[in-house]
Parts: sequence; C-alpha cells; structure tokens
Amino acid sequence: MTLLSIRGVSKRFGGLQAVNDLSFDVAAGSIKALIGPNGAGKTTIFNLISGSLHPDRGEIVFGGAEIQAMSSCEVAVRGMVRTFQHIRLFPKMTVLENIMAGRHVHSRAGFIAGMLSLPFTWKEERRIRERSFGIMEMLGIVPHAETEAVSLAYGQQRVVEIGRALACEPKLLLLDEPAAGLNMRETNEMGRLISRIRDMGVTVLLVEHDMSLVMKISDEVVVVSYGEKIAEDRPLSIQKNREVIRVYLGDDEC
Amino acid sequence: MERKHFAVAGFTGLIVAIQLATRITGTEYFLTQLTMTAYYSLVIVGLCMLIGYAGQISLGHAGFFAIGGYVTAFLTTWDLKSNHGAFVSLLERSGALVSRQDVYGGNLLTVHPWLACVSAILLTVVVAYLVGGPVLKLKGHYLAMATLGIGIIVYRIVLGTEFLGASDGISEVPGFPLPGGLVVTGDSSLRISNYYLAWGVVILGMVLLLNLIHSRVGRALAALHGAEDAAEAMGIPTARYKLHTFVLSAVFASLAGVLLTHFNGGIGPSEAGVMKSVRYVAIVAIGGMANLWGALSMSLVLNYLSLRGYFGTYDDAVFGAILILIMLFAPDGLLRRHLFSDMKRLFSRDHAGEEAP
Ligand SMILES: Nc1ncnc2c1ncn2[C@@H]1O[C@H](COP(=O)(O)OP(=O)(O)OP(=O)(O)O)[C@@H](O)[C@H]1O
Ligand SMILES: [Mg+2]
Repeated sequence: MTLLSIRGVSKRFGGLQAVNDLSFDVAAGSIKALIGPNGAGKTTIFNLISGSLHPDRGEIVFGGAEIQAMSSCEVAVRGMVRTFQHIRLFPKMTVLENIMAGRHVHSRAGFIAGMLSLPFTWKEERRIRERSFGIMEMLGIVPHAETEAVSLAYGQQRVVEIGRALACEPKLLLLDEPAAGLNMRETNEMGRLISRIRDMGVTVLLVEHDMSLVMKISDEVVVVSYGEKIAEDRPLSIQKNREVIRVYLGDDEC
Repeated sequence: MERKHFAVAGFTGLIVAIQLATRITGTEYFLTQLTMTAYYSLVIVGLCMLIGYAGQISLGHAGFFAIGGYVTAFLTTWDLKSNHGAFVSLLERSGALVSRQDVYGGNLLTVHPWLACVSAILLTVVVAYLVGGPVLKLKGHYLAMATLGIGIIVYRIVLGTEFLGASDGISEVPGFPLPGGLVVTGDSSLRISNYYLAWGVVILGMVLLLNLIHSRVGRALAALHGAEDAAEAMGIPTARYKLHTFVLSAVFASLAGVLLTHFNGGIGPSEAGVMKSVRYVAIVAIGGMANLWGALSMSLVLNYLSLRGYFGTYDDAVFGAILILIMLFAPDGLLRRHLFSDMKRLFSRDHAGEEAP
C-alpha cells in the first residue's frame, strides 16, 4: 500500500530548477532512502513534502489526501513529521520539554483551559509526561531528561530530535541526513534505531549521504540529480546502476 | 505546593506589608500612586507574556490601554437623557443605563460601567484580532514598526476627536461599582480597598499567566519562540498562537485602561502616547523579558517612582535610557533566568573553554 505519492512535482527558485517533474511513491511500512549529490534538491523535496514549501506543479498525496497546498502544521497533524538537516531543537528547553512539545497534536488544552488550569489539563499533562518518558526510555536518553537539549553532544541532539518527532506518533517520518556528523559507532546505532522505528510501524523516508547506512537499512532507494529522478530501485541494484555510478563518481573524474 | 504558589504568596505578603508600612508611617496617601502602579503593572505582565514568552514585540500597547480607557470614559459620561431613540429606551429598560448626578448636580443618564467595560474589552479584542492577524506575520524590526504604527494611530485618533475630548481627554468619569460595596474610585475614603482591589486584579492576572506558562500552550509558545519552523513542523499552529497571545496581552492592557480610568476619574491622550508604549517595553526588558516576576517587580518600583515624580522632567527619558542600556548590554533582559550563572561565567577567568566544541 502506498502511503506517500509524489506526482510530477516541480519547484523553481528564480533561475534554478531545484526539483523537476519528480515522481515516486513510498510504501507504508518501508524505509525509503532519497540520495543524490550535494545540491541535488533533496532537502527541497523534503520541504515540499512536509509543507514548508509548495510545489509550482504536481501533486503530493499522503494517506489518500492531496497535501501540496497544506501548511507544515496541517501536514504534521495528518501524521507526517520531519527532522532537519541542521538540527532544530527548541533552545532553552530541556530534553523532556522538547519531547513533550512534540506531543502537541495529541493533546488539547488551549489558552482558557491553560490559564484556569482546569482539572482535565492536569491529567493531560501527566499523560504527556508519561508518554515522553516512554520515548526517552526507548531512546536511552532518560538520564538527560532535565538537561537543556541544545547543550547535549551533537549525536545525542539528533536522537532527541527524532524523539520529538516520534512523540507526534507519525505515520511517516522524514529524516534529513540523520547520520550527518555522527561517528561510526553512532552511525551504526542510528541505523539500528531507524530500523526499530520502522518495525514499530512508522514509515521512514530518509535523505542520507552515508551509503553503507543507506544500503544496509533501506528497502528502496530513489536517486536524484539536479532535481530529477535518475533511478529508483532496491539497494543492491542501485549500487550497480551505471547512471548512479556516473553521477556519484564520474563528476569527480573530469 | 509548587514554587509558583510560594511566589504568589510571597508577593501577596509584600503587598500587605507595603500597606501596613504606609499605615504605620502615616503615609497612606502613597496608596494612590501604588494603586495606579498596580494597573500599569497589569499592562506590563500581559506584555511580558507577549514579548518574553511568545517572542513578539509590541510598541503599541499604550494604544490598547487607551482603547479600554477611552471607551469606558466615553460611555460612562455620555448623557443619553435627551436621546429618545428606540435603542436607548431598550437599553434603559434592560437596566444597562444608570441615572446619576454630575458634579454640578445636573441629572445624567449614562451607560452602566459594567456594560462600558464589556464594550471596551470587546472592541479591544476585535481590534487586536484585526490588526494582529496581518501584523504578526512580520518579524523583528518590521513588527516593532507596525505595532508602533498602531499606537500612533490610536494616539492621533483620541487627540483629534472632539467627542473624546481632543487634547483635554475625558474627565468626570464615575466610579466603577463592584459587588460587595466596592467601588473603583479615587475617593480617598476608599483608598485602602482600592489598593487591595487593584493588586488583587494583578495577582489574579499573574496566576492566570503563570498557569498558562506551565501549560501545553506555554510549552508551545516557548517552542515557537525558540525555533518557529520546527514548532510548525511539530503541528503547533504558530500564527494562531502568536495572535491569541497578542489578543490576550491587549485585553490585559485594555482592562488596565478601564480600571485606571475609573480610578483616576478620567483619561487623557498622553496615555495613548508612544512614550507610554516604550515605557512598558522598557520595563519588560529590564525585568528580564521571559520573567513575569521580574517584570512585575520592576514595574512596581519604576512605575511608583515615576508616579511619585522622582524622575522629574526626565521621566520619559529615564525609560528611553533604560531601553537603550538594556538593548546594548543585556539584550536578554536584566533579571533573566540564568543571570547568576552568566555573571559567574563573566567573572571567572577560564571562560575561553566555552568556545570549544
Ligand atoms: N529557499 C531557497 N531559495 C533559493 N534557492 C534554494 C532554496 N533552497 C534551496 N535552494 C537551492 O536549491 C538547490 C537544492 O538545494 P537542496 O538544499 O535541496 O539540496 P540538497 O540535495 O539537500 O543538498 P545537500 O546534500 O547539500 O543537503 C541548491 O542549489 C540550493 O542552493
Ligand atoms: Mg539537504
């Protein structure tokens, strides 16, 4: 079953065609990788899918509904959340608070209820806290619960950002270079974490430059170059694809 | 009991202690300025919520204060006796009007203060929503300029409108009757009750805002203040939350305007002036931006000193200077959360290590 479907999507920035007539599907329950050289348009594609940018042309269908015109907030409410290539944790908030903020869409206390501290909000807060601790346990970051999130080591900030996204209980999780800046041990752990997330039933679409990680964990790979799709296949076949090899290696040889 | 309850109890104790001190020293006339200070503090804490917690500046809150004050002043002094329209008689029959005597003993038929207050708040909410919607899409200096514009517009309107008293403002505003025989009025026989009433309103406002900060909404505001795109991506409707906070702070300012106008018995155009808005922002800044208690205590001290005339002719200059100094030397505000750890770091010799990754 297809959870996300990109259909003929294009995006232009001034004179630069960042994404050109791109189409691909993401099957529910799978890990799909989106790879391509620097500047190929991967992050732009993420921005288009998640609603921070809107395509000039084409449709994006998520869970059966067209979402290309929705804001990123509306998209998140529908069950798609992302992490950022440059980590975007909430500063001046602890790890626990960051993750609790991720549960926003699953709670409802508004301004009036909050100001009056109505009894239902206490129960709700307790539930948010419990769920957040559950997520922190799964990620092994409970000892950092009360630490300011942005003061953690880089690798741990990545984990917290994923935890915040998981707190949303997304159907689809978009990870933009989750292993960037991680050492080998951390990269391996990240790979295992992503597989575990998929096993929990969350579909994952990731952008990643670390090819061994991509080949190890993904079910399918899409390759883009200059905003266009040049290949889409299973990891083993992608590794043998001449066009992909040319894009990745050929350019260096001139 | 949580920490915020201790703080509320402590502040309440301070308010009682101040009143007792004026009684013991026979300086109860100070209570008048202290009561006015309370109403200005209500503006400050509301604005602190907007600036410090939602991260949105407003240089137009004196405008909202003035909307509250002028609407209530106009409605409670506008004589409807000679107006025999159907709407007026409907209002009269439903008890929305009151008959009273003006200072010369003449009979007046005016809108009841309660209805005037509700109208003032409603108008504020409408204006704040209409203006806040487009304006809060702006950021930084642009938002500051746009809100400054709102303040200037309100100022020019009240200054240029004949029935709002033009440069004289509106006077002879009656007291505001409350249940239990309380009246918001500057009458010196009710000085003590008005002092407690005003600070009671402030403390109530503080409790509401403290609750809000520690709620789901408070967390969402902190999130959008820190990283708006990420907050949006987590499903937080950032534009709506900013707008609601703007309206909330405008209501605080407007209510303060209503009550202070009844307490003072009038309002003038200077209350809508830009220097008032600057003063409010300066006090929030020196109070530590995201620090309600800091803003409240700075408001208590600075507004009181100002109202007692300690700053003399330099009154506005003092607040302008405060704002400049804070922006130059402590842009996060003076009484901020990590003040002491920051100071320690500043004075410790090995803060070179900070730069290490
Ligand atoms: N908002 C924007 N305005 C103008 N140009 C943009 C914008 N966002 C991205 N671009 C340009 O679009 C192209 C694709 O950028 P994008 O960030 O999507 O690449 P990427 O594949 O994620 O690269 P990397 O691997 O370096 O992260 C680049 O040339 C970039 O400069
Ligand atoms: Mg990128």
